Amino acid sequence: MVESRAVRIALRIATALAVSFLYMPLVILAIYAFNPSRLLVWPPTGFTLGWFGEAAANPAVIRAVINSLLAGALATSIALVLGTLAAYAVQRYRFFGRESISFLLVLPIALPGVVTGIALRTTFTTFGVDFGLMTIVIGHATFCVVIVYNNVIARLRRLPRSPEEASADLGADAATTFRRITLPGMRTALLSGGLLAFALSFDEVIVTIFTAGPGTQTIPMWIYQAIGRPTELPVVNVVALVLVLLSVIPVWLAQRIAGGEAASLSR
Amino acid sequence: MPAIRLEGLVKHFGGEPGRRAPAGGGTAGGGVGGAAGGSPGGSAQNEAIVAVAGIDLEIVDGEFFSMLGPSGSGKTTTLRMIAGFERPTAGRIVLHGRDVTDLPPFERDVNTVFQDYALFPHMSVGENVAYGLMVRKVPRPEREVRVADALRMVRLEGYERRRPGQLSGGQRQRVALARALVNRPRVLLLDEPLGALDLKLREEMQIELKAIQQAVGITFIYVTHDQEEALTMSDRLAVFNRGRIEQLGTPADVYERPATRFVAGFVGTSNLLTGDSARAIIGSAGTFTVRPEKIHLVDPAATPGPDEASATGTIREVVYLGPDTRYIVALDAGGELVVTQQNLATSSMEALAAKGRVVRLTWKRQHNLPVGDG
Ligand SMILES: Nc1ncnc2c1ncn2[C@@H]1O[C@H](COP(=O)(O)OP(=O)(O)O)[C@@H](O)[C@H]1O
Ligand SMILES: [Mg+2]
Repeated sequence: MVESRAVRIALRIATALAVSFLYMPLVILAIYAFNPSRLLVWPPTGFTLGWFGEAAANPAVIRAVINSLLAGALATSIALVLGTLAAYAVQRYRFFGRESISFLLVLPIALPGVVTGIALRTTFTTFGVDFGLMTIVIGHATFCVVIVYNNVIARLRRLPRSPEEASADLGADAATTFRRITLPGMRTALLSGGLLAFALSFDEVIVTIFTAGPGTQTIPMWIYQAIGRPTELPVVNVVALVLVLLSVIPVWLAQRIAGGEAASLSR
Repeated sequence: MPAIRLEGLVKHFGGEPGRRAPAGGGTAGGGVGGAAGGSPGGSAQNEAIVAVAGIDLEIVDGEFFSMLGPSGSGKTTTLRMIAGFERPTAGRIVLHGRDVTDLPPFERDVNTVFQDYALFPHMSVGENVAYGLMVRKVPRPEREVRVADALRMVRLEGYERRRPGQLSGGQRQRVALARALVNRPRVLLLDEPLGALDLKLREEMQIELKAIQQAVGITFIYVTHDQEEALTMSDRLAVFNRGRIEQLGTPADVYERPATRFVAGFVGTSNLLTGDSARAIIGSAGTFTVRPEKIHLVDPAATPGPDEASATGTIREVVYLGPDTRYIVALDAGGELVVTQQNLATSSMEALAAKGRVVRLTWKRQHNLPVGDG
């Protein structure tokens, strides 16, 4: 489309404003992470990597990071298995209640986190489940399953059916066909779905608060309680910066996988 | 014993409450062979589409058998029921004396060449062809020999390591063929296997397919909507229309003695004489067809021989086709006939100048073919 020069300039300014609006807080956060002053003073008084060392030496931070990684990995694993099987069943077979199941499966993502959180908490209490890492994993799995399910079902819709039929025609039973034909076709969808699910789990706060026991902390929870203690602010900044990187990388990877896949499919 | 016997085969789509069917177009095994629970639901409110309306058929072992018919006439659905991708609404499928109606595809001794080839994109050509042997646990040394043989048969030796994405349409078609043939099925099903190829390649592959079929002696069931393809390749063919077989016979039977008006029109040009013009020209009531190449164009004053039928008319249209010219003649007695004449001594100028001329058509009475009104 051809626009006038003025329109083009105006659009560029608007884009620049939007981007700086979105990223300014992150930049400020990054600057403070390297600022030697223990308090939030502007302009920064120098440059130091000292807070990184302090964060790495903080046992509460380390434990929280390990908890977050574990919870993300476990919730994602559960989601990959359940989400994939559910998507395969809904997309490839016709059975009673198929449409309602499809709806029920994606509903949890629309529920407010507090509702999911309180419902889970009540359930765990009812059945006398001890709160801890496993309850966090179950809480996170509720939305991770949806992410994987959506990714996989979108892929299955685009995958042609005939290679699966050809596989059956050539003598493979349903399980072999799934393993050798369907699964390789879904590989990138699983990868990008898994990465997104992990990223979501990694910075989830609300459901985590409801499902964590008193002794279990994830890294977002640690940050949330640490902002109340001014002396820990520089470490919070450092941890938050690392968190930004850790959640951006999977999302970026997932996007790249999806993008590359789209390009190769349309070729 | 026939290779295949179809008994009263019927397929409806939609309106099948409680039947556990694959979601749209069938799928791998489980959906076909699995038990049908008696669960309510389905889409009973939708009117069922009758794709196949009752097919009875016996196909002889080693035969090249074609299913010919227009798009939507139920050929693919019939083939998919034989392969096991669709469960018949009614009827039985018997393969070499064994009732396979309720067996999933992977337990039937047939293989399919799909119209879109359905190659496995993440596997090499060699892995594609070896797939059937691999899942049937044929030992690796034998597998390798048979894959090499199959690729040689379709003239793709040396292509083992390529990916399907790196092949041309014709090459993919050959891989699909090799992948099916390597299993030595007793019956091979082919659904418009040449439909996606250009004309020249298609004609080459027709000859090649026929040669392969004769070399391996496997029963071929070949679905096509191309009458020429069906006539040139088949031992016998079935003409499908609206989910039924209109005529079953050799190519010569079907072409020279079309059983119904539909067959006369679909296989060749429908030169139909009906009602008053049939009475005037042939001398009896009913519907007759005359193949365009059997008719001669002569001077209107000429007298036809005693064994000839004859009619006068005006050339309404001339289509020059290179070796032949097609004349569309409006008959004085009513109706039209298409006449094709070889351009033995005629130039295109002369042929095209014939438009508007008054002519007499003559043909041997033996070429008047009565057709039913089905
Ligand atoms: N999975 C399906 N669901 C609903 N209708 C179908 C399905 N497959 C085929 N049909 C219908 O059945 C009829 C016959 O189709 P098909 O067997 O594909 O014909 P052909 O191969 O002769 O072109 C068509 O009207 C088609 O629309
Ligand atoms: Mg078809």
